[in-house]
Amino acid sequence: MSPLLASSLASRLESVVGPEYVHSTQNELEKYQVDGATPAVALQPEAPEQAAEIIRIAVEEKLSIIPCGSRSALAIGNLPARYDLALDMTRISGIAHYDPGDLTISVNCGTHLAELAQILAEKNQFLPLAVPFFARATVGGAIASGLDSPLRHSYGTPRDFLIGAEFIDGTGAQAKSGGRVVKNVTGYDFHKLLYGSHGSLAVITRLNFRTFPLPPSRRGFLASFADETAALAFVNALTASFLTPTVLEVMSPEFARLFLEEQSPVASLRLDSQAWTVCVGFEGTSEVCERYSRDLAGLARTAAAQNAVIIHDAQFLAMLEILREAPASMRSTAEQSIVFRFATLPAQLPDLLRALRSFANSSWMPPAVLIRGASVVYLALLPREADESALKQVAYFCNSVGSLRGKLEFHPWLLFCPREWKSALNFSAQTPVDLDLHRRIKKAFDPSGTFAPGRFVGGI
Amino acid sequence: MANLQQTLRATRNTYYSCSVRQIDTLPMNESIISEFQSCVGPRNVLARPEDLVLYEYDGSVDRARPELVLFPSSTVEVVRLVKLAVKYDIPIVGRGAGTGLSGGALPRGGGIMIAFGRMNRILEVDYENRRAVVQPGVVNFDLTRAVEHAGYYFAPDPSSQKSCTIGGNVSENSGGPHTLAYGVTSNHVTGLELVLPDGEVKRIGGKLAEPFGYDLCGLFVGSEGTLALVTEITAKLSMKPEAVKTLLAIFETVDDATETVTDMTARAITPAACEMIDGWTLCAIEDYVHAGFPRDCGAILLIEVEGIAEAVAGQSLGIAEICKAHKAREVRTARDDKERELLWKGRKTAFGALGRLAPSNYVLDAVIPRSKLPQALRRVLEIGKESGLQIGNIFHAGDGNLHPLVLFDPRDRSQFERAVRAAEDIVRYCVQIGGALTGEHGVGMEKSELMTLMFSDADFALMRRVHGQFNPTGLLNPGKIFPMGKGCGETRVRVSPLQHAPVPA
Repeated sequence: MSPLLASSLASRLESVVGPEYVHSTQNELEKYQVDGATPAVALQPEAPEQAAEIIRIAVEEKLSIIPCGSRSALAIGNLPARYDLALDMTRISGIAHYDPGDLTISVNCGTHLAELAQILAEKNQFLPLAVPFFARATVGGAIASGLDSPLRHSYGTPRDFLIGAEFIDGTGAQAKSGGRVVKNVTGYDFHKLLYGSHGSLAVITRLNFRTFPLPPSRRGFLASFADETAALAFVNALTASFLTPTVLEVMSPEFARLFLEEQSPVASLRLDSQAWTVCVGFEGTSEVCERYSRDLAGLARTAAAQNAVIIHDAQFLAMLEILREAPASMRSTAEQSIVFRFATLPAQLPDLLRALRSFANSSWMPPAVLIRGASVVYLALLPREADESALKQVAYFCNSVGSLRGKLEFHPWLLFCPREWKSALNFSAQTPVDLDLHRRIKKAFDPSGTFAPGRFVGGI
Repeated sequence: MANLQQTLRATRNTYYSCSVRQIDTLPMNESIISEFQSCVGPRNVLARPEDLVLYEYDGSVDRARPELVLFPSSTVEVVRLVKLAVKYDIPIVGRGAGTGLSGGALPRGGGIMIAFGRMNRILEVDYENRRAVVQPGVVNFDLTRAVEHAGYYFAPDPSSQKSCTIGGNVSENSGGPHTLAYGVTSNHVTGLELVLPDGEVKRIGGKLAEPFGYDLCGLFVGSEGTLALVTEITAKLSMKPEAVKTLLAIFETVDDATETVTDMTARAITPAACEMIDGWTLCAIEDYVHAGFPRDCGAILLIEVEGIAEAVAGQSLGIAEICKAHKAREVRTARDDKERELLWKGRKTAFGALGRLAPSNYVLDAVIPRSKLPQALRRVLEIGKESGLQIGNIFHAGDGNLHPLVLFDPRDRSQFERAVRAAEDIVRYCVQIGGALTGEHGVGMEKSELMTLMFSDADFALMRRVHGQFNPTGLLNPGKIFPMGKGCGETRVRVSPLQHAPVPA
């Protein structure tokens, strides 16, 4: 038993979840580390009632809680200000309701995305939540971490298909919002606040989604361009057309070199070392797909594409997986890789991209870039070594990004970096302009500041 | 929606267990009134009873008269008004066009009404990023009209879109027929300027599609004016599709039509819109607009598909097949834009058409899981029979959003009570089979007491804490969303100091 945990408290927690689900050896607790901080105890409740009881105890004892699922995306977020209890929600899993005829599903938080996808596929449906760490991620974690999906280009973010949630607030009360119907404006839309909240407002126990029919056929169109200007010209022409592709991603030469070369459809593009690659996904009947193929080829020719190729179901799904996992792959490609995410406006994308690449180039690190839906940029800096000089260069990059504020409209996030650099870079000190309103929300949901203190933007 | 018949509508101020006083006279506290006049100029203040009476109703069956109606023309003026109201502890209610159907824009406890009709400018149109920045009083359809020459439109399309305002849409998170494919207002708003009840001006979001931090727009859109007044909106512009096809499927029975919808959903066909109108309602519409609807059928479905030409062609074939499989007598396709517009005119003016048949009507709004459409419609018809009142059905079938319309004569107390009872029975049934209280009209004062059907004490406790963080004095739109039944004190319905004792009706 950890010395941090009084034995009376330990026995209270054991009586809630059972001794085998209270973990307090160093070995067990290492798994639950967040940015190097180790909790005093990790608990695995079996039901929302148990989780609620744990939260009430934590509030009483003034302990802090970081809720988690499979912990795949826990590295995202600010350094925790305090971390006493890890609340592992993976035992609360399974499908609560599935009404295929209504295209809605209600899922317990610990359900794995991969398992959910399989259950939906049996009814020829899917959830457009193709997020990184897909094989491991839980549905609760995926929502809390706010990661996005290449399918957002047409299916949107959970803001568009999360229709209700059940959760435990910071008083230990089990609450809910929304419902299980596709159209509903009853009460405040709290579930929208939970998306991307990093466990700072409430512990999610169940999520209700709108599901979508699997299309009869999915295809992709890959084209390579001599430079970013040509690639973005193609993207502009496409977004101005009547086509509504499901996926629209642009990859820098460095990204292609790192993650695409092994792929056979890409190999047939015969990418030259400076080529930018665009992947367009589309779906529908064969007539619809043929129209897309035809029009995309025409647009690519006009934008002076070097090569272009159509990829079919399995090949397209393999490509989609690369795009889905891109932020995770960028992180794991090197121990010292630093992964940023930027959201911007389509019209400002070229300027932002140019600025970011010039900051990175002047710090001698060729960045790998993935542009999602003409408005989100994932960028990885890949220093050769995690030494002092690399840290300086990365700090230069971060400061340069800061200097763009007021010149361009964008939001920056530092997703991943070596743990020991996180505080040095101080990138997470970025605060929302409406920080005061954020604090009010936090106070209403979590009056005692129990959940994930310090982890959210603005130090919330 | 405003018509003379509505002025005849009965008050139902004693219907709910916790009654609210009806304010029938204007208090003559001249010095406070003149202070308000100095905020916006005397020409922008209504204070005479004969003027105020026009603002005591929206499209719902509730009624509550404001003591002053004020027309600010800028955020600065809104702030002045709010600060003054706070100084005298006077409740504040915001109002767009007053076309809401849940009493959201009615001053339940008296007080001032801030009407946004003169803040009606489109401030910026940014085609490159597909955004428009507008003041709250801009009429929904006026935004579409301003951008359609460039191939864009504003997607939320309530039936009242030619008169309702975008500010009102934001408050109530309004929907419309095309919600089925494109979502409600909150899916089309990325930024807001807010005036909090203490007079502070805040901006949340902006043109960027995603928030930095919590999705505050997601919370404020649809908060029914209970958290802040909205003084500016950044809205998404959508691109008009390449092709649109509108199908009219005619069925002998309501069951055939509802089962068609359920089957379409199950087969994963999602049109842009899928509306149902029952045969009785159809006759009323046909008398009114002559849209070419049949007069001898059980129900029709009005289905629209949009997209690239190939997708529209394929989908409309699939839909026609399903309709035929469910014994559709006929499936017509609108030949041109003119015919298409006529069909939609029939749909969107339906409530007006039914207004000709009875002195008053009560438009309900509830949602059910789509697979339960046939049983829900059967139950609605049964409830109509039980109540002895005619109920028309014209609604967004594709997303399970029912709008039963109960016809009654408010001068007949028994009819009025039966109408309200029938409405409540229908809503209760919808929630019981897994549905929701409201799909697009909002809770307002209409359904505040029914909120307990869906939400627990813990849910309300959290809602109250959030409410308390933004509207701690409760001066902003009191008596909405939260049930007042369990002790009115809990939700602070404020009684205005301007108010005189009510004059008995």
